[in-house]
Amino acid sequence: MLGRLTIDALPFYSWVAMGGAAVTVGGGIAAFLLVTYLKAWKALWFDWLTSVDHKKIGIMYIVLALVMLVRGFVDAIMMRAQQAIALNNEGYLPPEHFEQIFSSHGTIMIFFVAMPFLTGLINIVVPQQIGARDVAFPFLNSFSFFMTAAGAALVLVSLVVGKFSQAGWTGYPPYSGIEYSPGVGVDYWIWALLVSGVGSTLTGINFIVTIIKNRCPGMTYMRMPLFTWTALCISILMAFAFPALTVVALQLALDRTLGFHFFTNGDGGNMMMFANLLWIWGHPEVYILILPAFGIFSEVVATFSRKRLFGYASLVYATACIAILSFTVWLHHFFTMGSSANVNAVFGIATMIIAVPTGVKIFDWLFTMYRGRIEFHPAMVFTIGFMVTFVIGGVTGVLLALPPADYLMHNSTFLVAHFHNMLIPGALFGYFAGMNYWFPKAFGFKLNEKWGIRSFWCWIIGFYLAFMPLYVLGFMGMTRRMEHYQDPNWQPYLIVAALGAVFVLFGIICIGIQLYVSAKEWGSSKDVTGDPWNGRTLEWATSSPPAPYNFAVIPEVRDLDAFHDMKLRGQAYQAPSGYEDIVMPKNTWLGPVMGVLGFLLGFAMVWYIWWLAALCFVASLVCVGIRACDDDTEFVLPAAEVARIEGARLAAIAPGDLHDMREFAPRGAATGAILPGSA
Amino acid sequence: MTHIMFLRPLIRGVGPLFLFLALSGCALSDAPILYPKGPIALAQRNLLFDAFWLMMIVAIPVYVLTIAFLIRYRRENKSAAYAPDWEGSWKYETVIWSVPAIIVVAIGFLLWEGTHKLDPYKKIVSDKPAFQVQAVALDWKWLFIYPELGVASVNELAFPADRPLSVEITSDTVMNSFMIPALGGQIYAMAGMRSELNLLADEPGVFTGRNTMYSGDGYSDQYFQAHAMTESDFSDWSDKVKASASTLDAPTYVELHKQSIADPVTYYSSYEPGLFKIILRKYAPVVGPYESEAAELICRGAA
Repeated sequence: MLGRLTIDALPFYSWVAMGGAAVTVGGGIAAFLLVTYLKAWKALWFDWLTSVDHKKIGIMYIVLALVMLVRGFVDAIMMRAQQAIALNNEGYLPPEHFEQIFSSHGTIMIFFVAMPFLTGLINIVVPQQIGARDVAFPFLNSFSFFMTAAGAALVLVSLVVGKFSQAGWTGYPPYSGIEYSPGVGVDYWIWALLVSGVGSTLTGINFIVTIIKNRCPGMTYMRMPLFTWTALCISILMAFAFPALTVVALQLALDRTLGFHFFTNGDGGNMMMFANLLWIWGHPEVYILILPAFGIFSEVVATFSRKRLFGYASLVYATACIAILSFTVWLHHFFTMGSSANVNAVFGIATMIIAVPTGVKIFDWLFTMYRGRIEFHPAMVFTIGFMVTFVIGGVTGVLLALPPADYLMHNSTFLVAHFHNMLIPGALFGYFAGMNYWFPKAFGFKLNEKWGIRSFWCWIIGFYLAFMPLYVLGFMGMTRRMEHYQDPNWQPYLIVAALGAVFVLFGIICIGIQLYVSAKEWGSSKDVTGDPWNGRTLEWATSSPPAPYNFAVIPEVRDLDAFHDMKLRGQAYQAPSGYEDIVMPKNTWLGPVMGVLGFLLGFAMVWYIWWLAALCFVASLVCVGIRACDDDTEFVLPAAEVARIEGARLAAIAPGDLHDMREFAPRGAATGAILPGSA
Repeated sequence: MTHIMFLRPLIRGVGPLFLFLALSGCALSDAPILYPKGPIALAQRNLLFDAFWLMMIVAIPVYVLTIAFLIRYRRENKSAAYAPDWEGSWKYETVIWSVPAIIVVAIGFLLWEGTHKLDPYKKIVSDKPAFQVQAVALDWKWLFIYPELGVASVNELAFPADRPLSVEITSDTVMNSFMIPALGGQIYAMAGMRSELNLLADEPGVFTGRNTMYSGDGYSDQYFQAHAMTESDFSDWSDKVKASASTLDAPTYVELHKQSIADPVTYYSSYEPGLFKIILRKYAPVVGPYESEAAELICRGAA
């Protein structure tokens, strides 16, 4: 009846497991009580969970990412603490726990922090940047979100019921095969990836269509903001790369549950095929994580340098180059597998070529700052921190691309330091910059800048302390994933690394305080105009937070910096001659229900509860059928209602709220008269 | 920038720690990759250093320009030039595309040459014949077979320092990776497959080797000492091993194959003939009779 699920699955076998379960269950209960205390169940269901509004879905993605960031970070600091003390002793974590922790840390940070964070930002911003009222497929968007959330829930539940994988976030067979990992851990990992992978693939498809089909008049490809360009590129990567992950995870699941031999040691299995398929997804995935951050940096650096972006076309081509090349380099993840020198050299050179467009981007941002008027907003400070730190990651990346050097550094902490160097300053700082930059757009008030700057300093100091020692340890011969070690020379470096994790903890706390303080002071930091930073791109033309339809009248774009151009021409904040009825998608309960079904399906597959798996699968198909037969998925927002909302918005804007556009005026024209549209 | 002041006490606390690190910096002279003990590792390290310095041609300007621009073009400095509509220049673009491209071409040449020269399968040219060793990754220990001597050892590798070391590698468990950092890079050990590593030591010495690929609970302890020995020391060592009472016959191997952590160094005065081939064959999808009873025991008894 319950497959292999028995009472033994509960974590009463060790205090570490019990502690983790208690925190997870406690967190769930606390969230439940909080919503009950706020009497917010109705609002949560009708305004958020069932919503198909891209902005709300985006916010839910980011909330998910921040919650999982805390979970992933707890894993990180536990590992750093263990390695700081485990010289010639077992530390405080037995191998079994340490292995689950590094496996879940990687899985969570990649799939359930970085992916939802960037997807959330894209959801909130891209439709507004291209002058659209929603994404192409609003229901699909909701479904994708709940698939991602279901995957995250599977990882969280593994802490309470059963164990998580001990095979690392890459899950290499044969170790992850049934022979060497007989428990449920690897199955949790597989099904978390499979369920959330569906969401990611569909998100990719959704945004390809949205960006290609839903742009407003005048928004040619070469007038799309850089963030939208990166979103388009990574959507294509998601749609093409994630199927490889789905296939490889399914093959491993077949090996494990039905006794197939895709990747087993004997009987014709071949683990090298797993490595190939995994990294055919895995390398594009790196760029899926980092390109949106590049897009954010491009927006932020132009806005806070008060200047047009330098080398827009260059940046677009560089982005496209990186996206295409990302499919041609996967083999550099296993130069040490024994390929011939020719094969290794070709993939090594392909990898290094990616450094060219990446370097170009850095210089384009630098020259955007050149002859600008730089303001040190937290978003800009994160961008500067990125530029300085990312160079180190780029250099070490090229070093690892040299096959002979990789023979030395592969599997070492040097490698660990390199990819954290790419993903923390590269991707995560970008997401934080995006959060500081677009928060007022999503919520209607600004984030506290003081705490934003503090979080930045804690993060960057923490990053350097935590990862520079790992670079050095790589040269000292320390490999990754060691539960304990014998070399006393390593310990000082590992203690410094642990201290770095403490700084990062302060950084996360600062973000928490920043959110709290900002919410408390929201009345005094309201964004009335919808354009708090004197922005340049179209998302700043909507109100903050935007009306459900974003744009009452679809705008017409004449320039790359569309909204900046409108402000200069005096076209911003002008009431149109009239409003029309707007057709909007209706909320639907199918998204959350299918998310629950996805979660249960994964859970049932993990524990071999076949009847439940079959039931959930059929129920999901029924849901799809219900949606397909539903012709009543839209409603009309009458013109009068639109006029009321827009009227109220424009009435609330006082002339003093508007930005002074004089400094942008062509030389000689700055007579002191306020330009039309700026007041 | 003034906001950083709240960190002052923390930074003061970190100061002594850095001092401590700097003092323990002498530990770096033991770093096997910075100070290799063989020509292969040295060549690999030098390639890494060359590429590093070449990249500084791009990296250093980034730092200089970032700092310069941040100071000069900060909002408060109204005296700096301001060009809000400047959106590009062919001159600048040509430089920023071509300089990184030229550097990548340069490193590309180094890479192509280095990858071929340092192919781990390539035999090392020497006036003396290479010393052959077969290494088998087990959970969680290394078995070394010496066809030249007819002996085997666990968790200790010995070889004559003046001869190149040629290691044939496989695994009788999950994927492992064989590495002696002071002597050169690593290569994967995979069941049913044979990989190869050619190394050379400058002079006699003891170097730590290990599995670098996470493989389960005993992974942290899966290391061994590699002894590069003088002619006479090596012949003493080989006499010692040949005098050992244990032999690695099929039943002993089946026992050895079982999972165990931090095994002591063990010597076997002989081993099952063709052991390495039998271990390879264990995972081959072949049907048919086993070549011997021992082979059958090794392949099925432990499978």
